[in-house]
Amino acid sequence: MAKTVVLQRKPLSLSERTYLPQIVTGLKTTFSNMFKEKVTLQYPEEKPIIPKNYRGVPTLVKDPNGREKCVSCQLCEFVCPPKAIRITPGSVPEGDEEREHVEKAPQEFEINMLRCIYCGYCQEVCPEEAIYLQDEYSSSGYTREEMINNKEKLYELGGTLPDSHYKWDQKKTAEDQGNGH
Amino acid sequence: MFDFDMLLMVGLKFLFALLMIGAVMTMAGYSVLAERKVSAWMQGRVGPNRTVLPMIGHIPFVGKFLQGLGMFQPLADGLKFLFKEEMIPGHVNKFYYNLAPIVALVPALTTMTVLPFGEFFAEDGRTIPLMLANLEVGILFVLAVSSLGVYGIVLAGWSSNSKYPFLGGIRSSAQMISYELAMGLSLLPIFLWVSEPGTGALGLSLVDIVNSQNDRAWLLLVQPLSALIFLIALFAETNRLPFDMPESETDLVGGFHTEYGGFKFGIFFVAEYAHIVVGSAIFTIIFLGGWHFLPWIADPWPATWVGTLLGIGWFLAKTIFLIFFFIWVRWTIPRFRYDQVMNLGWTKLLPLALINLIFYVLLVTWLDQPTT
Amino acid sequence: MNAVDLLFYFFATLSVGGGLLMIISRHPVPAALFMIISLVSVAALFVLLEAFFLAILQVLVYAGAVMVLFLFIIMLMDVGPDGGKVSRIKLISGLAGCLSFGILVVLLLQFSGIGNAEPGNWQEIQNTEPVNGDSLLFSTSMKNFGYGLFTKYMLPIQVAGFLLLASMVGVIVLSKKSITSGGIK
Ligand code: SF4
Ligand code: SF4
Repeated sequence: MAKTVVLQRKPLSLSERTYLPQIVTGLKTTFSNMFKEKVTLQYPEEKPIIPKNYRGVPTLVKDPNGREKCVSCQLCEFVCPPKAIRITPGSVPEGDEEREHVEKAPQEFEINMLRCIYCGYCQEVCPEEAIYLQDEYSSSGYTREEMINNKEKLYELGGTLPDSHYKWDQKKTAEDQGNGH
Repeated sequence: MFDFDMLLMVGLKFLFALLMIGAVMTMAGYSVLAERKVSAWMQGRVGPNRTVLPMIGHIPFVGKFLQGLGMFQPLADGLKFLFKEEMIPGHVNKFYYNLAPIVALVPALTTMTVLPFGEFFAEDGRTIPLMLANLEVGILFVLAVSSLGVYGIVLAGWSSNSKYPFLGGIRSSAQMISYELAMGLSLLPIFLWVSEPGTGALGLSLVDIVNSQNDRAWLLLVQPLSALIFLIALFAETNRLPFDMPESETDLVGGFHTEYGGFKFGIFFVAEYAHIVVGSAIFTIIFLGGWHFLPWIADPWPATWVGTLLGIGWFLAKTIFLIFFFIWVRWTIPRFRYDQVMNLGWTKLLPLALINLIFYVLLVTWLDQPTT
Repeated sequence: MNAVDLLFYFFATLSVGGGLLMIISRHPVPAALFMIISLVSVAALFVLLEAFFLAILQVLVYAGAVMVLFLFIIMLMDVGPDGGKVSRIKLISGLAGCLSFGILVVLLLQFSGIGNAEPGNWQEIQNTEPVNGDSLLFSTSMKNFGYGLFTKYMLPIQVAGFLLLASMVGVIVLSKKSITSGGIK
């Protein structure tokens, strides 16, 4: 058992009881602080450095070949806690040699930024690594409608991200070689 | 009845009064800015630096510099207060609610009538103090009128009909009573000291107090304890941190002005800062030698209008330093608890002021002994 | 009628009106405020008499300190309109009112020369002994007040001071008693 030691507070000396020396010390501290470098970021001109894993506005990304990655599986729509995502599924048009076998692509993809809580679940659940929360953090608009990001806007915000799998290309090669699935 | 001279005199007085109000109000407005700037600097921020006037802002260097200092901010703040919607909450006592800001502002602006801020050297060698009214009992006038300022706060607290403002009002009145005594007592030794027999100087006249410090020690050096007590009481009377009981944001929301908004709140705000400006000026006059140069050194400027201007400038510089000191202390020291404020006032400052008084009574009596 | 007269009538009306309103207003807080108005306008009357020192003391002591205390107490006890128990005190307050009114009438008669008393005694003050060789004529300057208070009126001052001290001690005794013996435990 640890022994409890009650520390006796030293009685204050006379100069301490007037508080004045302490106040003077405090004044010195604040005064010297006045000349220190300022930490203020002049915001609209200076932007903060956004860390890599920042969770900004959810966006849709394309692969380095400029192809749409989302297959409109609607997992993100399902998982989104505040139901911010609305997807109208569509199909990849026939005759697109490269992408025909993917079969599905979103016809419309809307994220309501007034609902989104930036939880990042959509990014986590997406099997295609098609939706990312990136470094964009300031979204504003004059109307509610303006705050709904449609597919076009989402791709514009998302841009292209490197892809390490090229999943559908691999699939296609495998299929061509006869061992699909 | 209406002779021209009289009319001219009244008109001139009126003009001077307007000028003086303008000066004090401008200083009050800019102390608000100073408050924001200094607090920002002390916390490693830059403070307001965005507001700009279209024409002046485009002057190279100067415009940018003024913008960086936030020089146009008080204008924007004032306009904002002016154009805000005047709301009157439904539960207030309307008449007194509207009256309170006026009652708060009037004493703050009235005290400056007796403030001397410089001296004018007349042709015939006389020096005429620059002030609106040279009152024989100037300092008492200041004390009396500034003590009326508390009614604004009390009225606001009471008429708001809501508990936090009410508490603020009560605290303010208690605080006022407690510190006024110490303040008055701390000034008594000054009167004794200044009104030496034979000089004909009257200790209660602010001009005499200032002139008694010309090329002699400042009263701050002669009576440091009086100065200290007066300064502490001044902080309490102007409701500045560490004594801002009536509006302590952390426990009373906004204190006495919780229910106020728009221009009426602005008036309270300006009144508070006007009190600070006037208080600083008074401290300068009594303890820092007013418009006279350093202690023991005679005024280095010539006795012409140049000297007048330099004297006023020097006076302003001291006053501004004191305003800065007010702000400086605010951003350094935490607020006292209410019982600590009362304790300090009644059991520390009051006895101290009494001891101080007795000491100086004895000292002055001893010094004034007829040397035979 | 010149400007000073006009001002006199203005402030006189204000002080009397304030006093009247103080008595008839139901809520204690406005009553206190009317009293302040009355006191301040009396101070203004002093100014018109060029008794600046007296005027300032009036504002400083009564309007600045005593009334703040009044307001503080009123607000602290939160007396509403028709506050306090009226019925029992009625008799006492009636008696006190009659008594003070009587004294007032007697005093007025005494000093306004209608009664048999000498017409005021201010001429005596005018002939106070000279101090330090210079003669000190009666004026409203501070020196005069000080001299008068510490020579001619020494005894009344001491008595008044003693009275205040007694009341202070009384308050302390009373408030201490209620804490120690019952009531608040
Ligand atoms: S970040 Fe969360 S809330 Fe926003 S769209 Fe994705 S899943 Fe929905
Ligand atoms: S973004 Fe991802 S999860 Fe959402 S529909 Fe497209 S592929 Fe599915």
